[in-house]
Amino acid sequence: MDAHASASSRSRDTFVARSLLLTGDDVRRAVRRMAHEVVERVRDDDSPVLLGLQTGGVAFAQLLATSLADITSRPVDHGTLDVSFYRDDLERRPFVASSASRVPVDLNDRLVLLVDDVLFTGRTIRSALNALADFGRPRAVQLAVMVDRGHRELPIRPDYVGKNLPTSLSEDIVATVEGVWIGTRTPS
Amino acid sequence: MNHSIRGRNLLTLDTLSDRAILEVLDTAELFVEVNQRTIKKVPALKGRVVASLFYEESTRTRLSFETAAKRLSADVLSLAVASSSVKKGESLRDTIATIDALGIDAVVLRHQSSGAAHQVGGYVPHVRVINAGDGLHQHPTQGLLDAFTVRQVLAERAHAKGSETGKELFAGLHVLIVGDIRHSRVARSDIAAYSALGAEVRVAAPGTLLPASLQDWPVEVVDDFDEALQWADVVGVLRLQRERGTGSFVPSLAEFTQTHGLTLERARRLRPGAIVMHPGPMNRGVEIDSAVADLPAAVIERQVSNGVPIRMAVLYLSITGDPEETRS
Repeated sequence: MDAHASASSRSRDTFVARSLLLTGDDVRRAVRRMAHEVVERVRDDDSPVLLGLQTGGVAFAQLLATSLADITSRPVDHGTLDVSFYRDDLERRPFVASSASRVPVDLNDRLVLLVDDVLFTGRTIRSALNALADFGRPRAVQLAVMVDRGHRELPIRPDYVGKNLPTSLSEDIVATVEGVWIGTRTPS
Repeated sequence: MNHSIRGRNLLTLDTLSDRAILEVLDTAELFVEVNQRTIKKVPALKGRVVASLFYEESTRTRLSFETAAKRLSADVLSLAVASSSVKKGESLRDTIATIDALGIDAVVLRHQSSGAAHQVGGYVPHVRVINAGDGLHQHPTQGLLDAFTVRQVLAERAHAKGSETGKELFAGLHVLIVGDIRHSRVARSDIAAYSALGAEVRVAAPGTLLPASLQDWPVEVVDDFDEALQWADVVGVLRLQRERGTGSFVPSLAEFTQTHGLTLERARRLRPGAIVMHPGPMNRGVEIDSAVADLPAAVIERQVSNGVPIRMAVLYLSITGDPEETRS
């Protein structure tokens, strides 16, 4: 597995992995546990729409949707959301052309579950909430992340967390369905 | 060669590498999705001001640039030249200085003089200049949207997304451009885009409608239009520009149609799957038969709709990008 390839949002930088924190099996177990938590918290007559944030959250949304469908024996609506054009730091961050949003169902009055790989400053989630408003008015929005690494800059809190990993600002995390690594990132 | 238009003016396609062109095409693909939403607007250029300055009449280019800017949440200053101080003799330089004084981030310029956009770039170096057609020189966004449309059509046939195919669908693609090459800025931009992406480009025109400087172009001139039609995967029909006096370069419009018009009879002899394009506005019955424009092979309306996402991509990259990021 090439950890560099998954460093989607800052693809110009080079990620050097220092150690593997979670294996692919650990990740799948954590996602499965999150799926059970979702089932516990969501009413029986309410089925969430899972939206994976481009690009790191997409694979997790897919995996979570599969786990949810397994547990509930019902198909789970899921899609993707791209927030590039909603960011508040377009000036300061390298531009990243990612993939388009794919919202398969009407979001009005649905429970939307945003899914991302790593929760850090919270700015991506703020952008996602703005983007979401352009697709409709969900009944409620919840957030599931594989890794919460702390350092929030906005009042945003996840509803479901795969793994809490307190980090220092000089460190970086790469989380994919194949595993979670900690390391450092240097501009290439 | 520039490998990106980020943070830069878009004056010509001649100096753009395949990488720079593909970046615009891939970004435009993201904006296609935005244009399909109920709320067709993203805040990417919120608070930015785009001035649209059209010294020549235009329907689709102007509307699609202004639509593009608005869908990115930019404010649009639109100068109707016909009812402005230009009519009192104000120079281009003074007009630009006036607009600049109002505080703008970009200017979209259509002008009858070749090189006008380049000149404006020199007047206001802190403002991004997007050439929307300058005289006989270039019409970069048309070249980009034509390449985008071709890739989109071919990618659909291969059940792929255009961005997944990069430039591979252009490798060895036969593009034939026919008509008034001499007066066509569209031809100049199309040729630059297609050849940068690896297509083989040929041009067909009556001798009088070929430019003098063709030897520098990456194209081959064909004498027999009918023969070239059997070769072409893409036929780009150009408009006979009667407002530029093209009428006097051909004995008669009827004769032009007879030798170089895409008639229904000729269209029947196209290769299976060939794509017919026209930048508009069409002179139906002159360079293209009305019935041909309405054939499934013709993607003329798709060219128009792709104008918006392409121009969104150009405005977005040019205005928000950091030129230092892509210096190489």
